[in-house]
Amino acid sequence: MSDIGYKEIVLNGLWRQNSSLVQILGMCPLLAVSTTLVNGASLGLATALVMALSNGAVSGVRNLVPNEIRIPVYILIIAVLVTVVELTMNAYFHHLYLVLGIFIPLIVTNCIVLARTEAFAAKNRVLPSLVDGLMMGLGLTLVLAVLGAMREIFGKGTLLSGIELAFGEPAKHWVIHLLPGYHGFLLAILPPGAFIGLGLLIALKNHIEQRKTEATPRRAQAGPVAA
Amino acid sequence: MNPPYVTGSSSVSTIMLKVLLALLPAVAAYVLLFGPAILIGIALASATALACEAFMLRLRRYPIKPFLLDGSALVTAWLLALAMPPLAPWWLVVVGTAFAIVVAKQLYGGLGSNLFNPAMVGYAVMIISFPAQMTQWQAPHALASLHLSFLQELQYMFGGTLPDGAKLDAVTMATPLDTLRTQLKLGHSVETIRQMPIFGAFSGKGSETVAWCYLAGGLLLWQQRVITWHIPAAFLATLALAAGAFYLHDPAHFAPPWFHLMSGGAMLGAFFIATDPVTGATTPKGKLIFGAGIGLLTYIIRAFGNFPDGVAFAVLLMNICVPLIDAYTQPRVFGHPTKPGRGTQQ
Repeated sequence: MSDIGYKEIVLNGLWRQNSSLVQILGMCPLLAVSTTLVNGASLGLATALVMALSNGAVSGVRNLVPNEIRIPVYILIIAVLVTVVELTMNAYFHHLYLVLGIFIPLIVTNCIVLARTEAFAAKNRVLPSLVDGLMMGLGLTLVLAVLGAMREIFGKGTLLSGIELAFGEPAKHWVIHLLPGYHGFLLAILPPGAFIGLGLLIALKNHIEQRKTEATPRRAQAGPVAA
Repeated sequence: MNPPYVTGSSSVSTIMLKVLLALLPAVAAYVLLFGPAILIGIALASATALACEAFMLRLRRYPIKPFLLDGSALVTAWLLALAMPPLAPWWLVVVGTAFAIVVAKQLYGGLGSNLFNPAMVGYAVMIISFPAQMTQWQAPHALASLHLSFLQELQYMFGGTLPDGAKLDAVTMATPLDTLRTQLKLGHSVETIRQMPIFGAFSGKGSETVAWCYLAGGLLLWQQRVITWHIPAAFLATLALAAGAFYLHDPAHFAPPWFHLMSGGAMLGAFFIATDPVTGATTPKGKLIFGAGIGLLTYIIRAFGNFPDGVAFAVLLMNICVPLIDAYTQPRVFGHPTKPGRGTQQ
């Protein structure tokens, strides 16, 4: 478990072991917040930040924490870091903070955060753990952003709506209206749209993987090590 | 034919053809009473359904021709077109049908594997996403202040314009169920509401005739043994019982049972939608439970919910229960004890 290369970590986090498309972890914020590109990407980035920091911190104390009480200790560390991120967002991106609401504190309970500390940080050195947390978080961000963009385009016919929450009033004209006079397809904004959209993304990933294995039929595929 | 003679096996396509034929009287009544817009809707839905079905079959690498010719996509298209308001923008029925075929049917594994009734999924998606367009029902000819010709209807569906700047109100009106709901909220009693011109002897003028045609077509299907009596009878009986109980309790605020039976999607749902062999229960006892559940839910949604009709949601909700119902209503196999121990059941 020790000598896992950085390239491997990056690839696992972003694609091979993608938290949303392969591990199907952390579904609650994924499905609830991905109504627009901006919402999805910002919660994803907040989660990625928490994951990088918590993985690094847990890895730093991994030899000091008794095995029997490691889960509560990890959760406490994660909770502290989430509080830091929450307060920071409240201070600098207050409107975005209001939009994302309960889902920022809920990063604590996002199972993907604990899963990475337990599965990777508890067994690896600090720097690889930090990179793993960041990459897993960015993998989640990627899916959140794509799903958010899909739901926004189909549901409202816009892209980047709400960007002013992150970059201030002048950013308001960045919003792209794809189809003038679009009626809006409410289902895409409602929870069913999130489930259907995620299902389609998972299908797309599986399809790409399948095409890849079909293209290289007999080459020994180095199975991804369950991290 | 009596046993031991074997009758010709009924294939999927003959069954589907019979369903389509049984729908014809209702379609004819629709055209006579409301105008030919429904024909455009049916044509659009059929073309969309066949195109989507062929596309998805190709994507899934299934043989296209046998599955297209089985007619199941056509039945879905017809049922959806009949469930939706006919005089609507063309994309309404196209998007609904495409969703029904692509997501509700093919993504779940195609005919025989779909968990939910595709037509009702299409309807539910549309009524949730486009409530305004989905409630513009055509007024029957006898009541409309403006009669559109076939060409004018085409013009409206594809171009969105009515002749001479006429308002949409001239050709559409609320359905009887909708009228009843809004008028009840305004504090009128059922008796005074039903004096309004849109109401006929049982439910709405025009729509009740169509409902009789659905009933006739449904009985024909039963006579042809395409469907069994269990689901329609349980559905309609439960709906009537629930409506009757409330009507007897408070006739000023609850519509009589015959109104509920003859309005909205009750007849269409009971004989053509709930009886779908794929998404409905399969055991006799299960069919009774399934139908009764739909009837009860339909009444609850109609009387206390916020949607114009409850049949689609009731069918979908009961679709979810089908695996459970079927598992608990397996008929006793001959020679096995009447009450198997708990452990022996699956």
